[in-house]
Amino acid sequence: MKRTRADAEAGNRTLSRRTAVLGGLQLAFVGGLAARMSYLQVDQADQFRLLAEDNRIKDSLIPPARGEVFDRNGVQLAKNVPSYRIIVKREDIGDVDAALERLGRVVRLDPDDLERAMNEMKRSAPFHPITVAENVSWEDISRVSVNAPALPGVTPEVGLSRIYPLGSDFAHVLGYVGPVSDYDLEQMETPDQLLLIPRFQIGKVGIEAKQEDRLRGKAGVKREEVNATGRVMRELDRREGRPGADIQLTIDANLQNYVQARLGQESASAVVMDCETGDLVAIASAPSFDPNLFVRGISVANYKELTENIYRPLASKSVQGAYPPGSTFKMMTALAALEEGMAQPDETVYCPGHLEVAGRRFHCWKRGGHGYVDLQNSLKQSCDVYYYDLALKVGIEKISAMAQRFGLGVRHDVPMSAISQGLTPTKDWKRRVHGQEWVIGDTVNASIGQGYMLASPLQLAVMTARIATGRNVTPRLVKSVDGIEEPSGAGESMGLNENNLRKMRRAMYDVVNDRRGTGYGSRIITEGMRMAGKSGTSQVRNITAAERARGVINNSDLPWERRDHALFVSFAPIENPKYAVSVIVEHGGGGSSAAAPIARDITLQALYGGPPPLDAYPSKDRGRIKAQQEELQAVRPMADLGGSDQA
Amino acid sequence: MSYLEYTVKSVPTGFRKILYLNWPLTILLASVAGVGFLMLYSVAGGSYTPWAGPQMERFGVGLVLMVLVGLVPIWFWRSVSSVAYGVSVILLIAVELFGSIGMGAQRWIDLGFMRLQPSELMKVTLVMFLAAYYDWLPPAKKSRPFWVLIPVVIILIPTALVLGQPDLGTAILLLAAGGGLMFLAGVHWAYFAAVLAAGIGLIAAVFQSRGTPWQLIKDYQYRRIDTFLDPSSDPLGAGYHITQSKIALGSGGWTGRGFMQGTQSRLNFLPEKHTDFIFTTLAEEFGFVGGFSLLVLYTLIIFFCVVSAVNNRDRFSSLLILGLALNFFLFFSVNMSMVMGLAPVVGVPLPLVSYGGSAMLVLMLAFGFVQSAHIHRPR
Repeated sequence: MKRTRADAEAGNRTLSRRTAVLGGLQLAFVGGLAARMSYLQVDQADQFRLLAEDNRIKDSLIPPARGEVFDRNGVQLAKNVPSYRIIVKREDIGDVDAALERLGRVVRLDPDDLERAMNEMKRSAPFHPITVAENVSWEDISRVSVNAPALPGVTPEVGLSRIYPLGSDFAHVLGYVGPVSDYDLEQMETPDQLLLIPRFQIGKVGIEAKQEDRLRGKAGVKREEVNATGRVMRELDRREGRPGADIQLTIDANLQNYVQARLGQESASAVVMDCETGDLVAIASAPSFDPNLFVRGISVANYKELTENIYRPLASKSVQGAYPPGSTFKMMTALAALEEGMAQPDETVYCPGHLEVAGRRFHCWKRGGHGYVDLQNSLKQSCDVYYYDLALKVGIEKISAMAQRFGLGVRHDVPMSAISQGLTPTKDWKRRVHGQEWVIGDTVNASIGQGYMLASPLQLAVMTARIATGRNVTPRLVKSVDGIEEPSGAGESMGLNENNLRKMRRAMYDVVNDRRGTGYGSRIITEGMRMAGKSGTSQVRNITAAERARGVINNSDLPWERRDHALFVSFAPIENPKYAVSVIVEHGGGGSSAAAPIARDITLQALYGGPPPLDAYPSKDRGRIKAQQEELQAVRPMADLGGSDQA
Repeated sequence: MSYLEYTVKSVPTGFRKILYLNWPLTILLASVAGVGFLMLYSVAGGSYTPWAGPQMERFGVGLVLMVLVGLVPIWFWRSVSSVAYGVSVILLIAVELFGSIGMGAQRWIDLGFMRLQPSELMKVTLVMFLAAYYDWLPPAKKSRPFWVLIPVVIILIPTALVLGQPDLGTAILLLAAGGGLMFLAGVHWAYFAAVLAAGIGLIAAVFQSRGTPWQLIKDYQYRRIDTFLDPSSDPLGAGYHITQSKIALGSGGWTGRGFMQGTQSRLNFLPEKHTDFIFTTLAEEFGFVGGFSLLVLYTLIIFFCVVSAVNNRDRFSSLLILGLALNFFLFFSVNMSMVMGLAPVVGVPLPLVSYGGSAMLVLMLAFGFVQSAHIHRPR
């Protein structure tokens, strides 16, 4: 492209002009920088020099006190106690080995801790403080302080450490805290400055983890003058942080303690829910473990013992476990049919002991059959065939939908770890997950809570509370935070036909109180406290036709892990339901024999707010119960917790 | 102008060209780099390792690179400018796809012997390409909307890519350098006035959008702005840098504590003391006198570039020199503003002084172009 001379000259003139403008701006900016430099370095030099001169300023975080946790009556469940530890800084101690050797002569150092500290020291910057000993006694701390001149770079520090006074009773609910790990930090997008404090404790599981934000609080800052060796000369400024919020749980520590003791060393779980408010009054999983072990850092041997125990003490079975609900599910099948108008309570079905469906024979638990049964009798005697029949009429979709309305297959919003969703299967679900078509046999299995159907003890308690009240009761574990009450879980009416619900409750009442009911052995005889319930025995193995022909093997003859799960759900008092209870004993055998007595004992304990009088029990049981109560009284570590009056 | 129109005869040839280098500029560059070596030596506590030694080697390589680039005729560089721009854009895209994750953002490609930061390269090639564009465009058309739109797109493509990394600091530098070049080329005032108004509107929008679902920048960027406006709000977090840096600067006073006598920067009160915050060491050890001298050296570099550009009748050459000088100016002025607490901490190093290979080499490459333009100017 040819350009004229005039053109080029005009262009050059513009360029020169613009260059002058831009150059002027740049010069002005440089002038500004110079002015700022002289302001900082000349005008304010004295002030800054003061700050920086021999006294250097050190800002450090003041860790806030972690919020404490209380039960519904004010019993302390998690608290902070002062703990002393010894900190060293590599850049100040000189020769590491010699310094630690000197320190070792003053106090006893644990070789494991020491090795960990050495590793930490290698990885971090020289000015990073490293903890060489934790939970040091006051005497040792004094000895370090006295010898301070001989131990440069070694400082005793006081901090707060977490302790769980009730130990194993609340291991699964509260969880525990532990030092922040690199893994924890990676999980967070922008970690709180506090977490960078070495060995800072954060919640790892349970309430401690799920309510971490509320419990942690906000760090304060203190600004100190330190001399050339890093020793603090004086504090210049201090901005207090905000301590973490105190949390009050809905749990009654006394009842929790009882339930945990009653479950004993069985692999079992129990949930007690207040039907009126949704409050979880007790939520127990056995066997349990001592969370205090984890706070200090659990030893390999202890940890191994916990992980290798076949009863899985670390698992929080009440919310995490998903079990076939067995016959406790029958209320769902029945309600689905009743609400759809597919069945009437007084219609009867003939039970010959089995039902042929699509060429396969589905058995009732009673070989000879129950004969003609209506709704009430079928539930009372737990006839399976009746429910097979209902399920074939209603279909799986309606049954699962009804179960979901009752809180099965729903992940309840409770601040505990690894909450299970359970499973209410649908045709679509099976196609998606298993890539197979739903078959009619699946529906038959689901109708009695077997097959794909899965529920956690928490879900079963919610289901029972909803049956008892007809309201959408939702579980609540946190009662208040810093004295501010959390919303109640009472819920609105479910909008179901009250007549059907009444029939259901009546049938559940008969399960426990009718001479022919499966739970008759676990009745309560005190007027006004009578209990309604439903037993469940869920198979964990297939019974082959050959075995059935020979006679089904007795549970007690099977190895533990192949025995049936025992379940029981209940609510009481029948007239005005207060507590819904669900109990599951893993591989415990029959629901009515292994789980129902536990549910009754827990219910009575809850209703009476302490050990119930013996006359609540049928007279022939009283002797045995008395012995049991005395035995538990001896086992329970904190039988009297104070301030536990229910009224 | 095609290269035939250069009065080739009077341009020096062969290695005689070395005598025609812009020597004052070269000496200034070496002096600034020398200041850098001293500071890196001091920060390491009087040791060539780990920073001062490698930095010297890199500057040596950089000098050779500058001379070699300078010996190549400027018309060659003009003819490859569009290719250079294209390659830079492709590298920016590549870094999105394969780049390492560093400091929460994808910014470099690992070449084995060095980490190439395409956004650094982009700052140079963008200026080059725009200079070539305005050299080619007849001056009468330069303010017509269509011909304004083209360079805007040329600027916005790399800016958007860099912003996506996300590296707000470099994105702003690219915008400023590109805009500055358009301004130098003589695009009508009205466009800049409009953009300025829109920019103010955008800043208002950024603040308005905070906390809403359509939030325009990331949380950590808001926090940097917050701590910039009030460093005491987070004295141990992001505000830490600024507060500590001001203390170090202020404690230097008029003449400083003396070489290797600084306490603040060497005692680990300052992070990144060998990179972005190296100026604090200079200011602490040599005081206002030292800091101001460095500022004067930088200003002289700009000054010699401007002189060279104004005396160059080749439009591409002068635009290129001015654009690269503007780049250089933005570099050191943003870093100094940041260190002195006048701008938020955006992670821009102090050119030629901060420790870092990629930045140093790209900078010397840019000055190679300046030298080439100077040697091959029409006479």
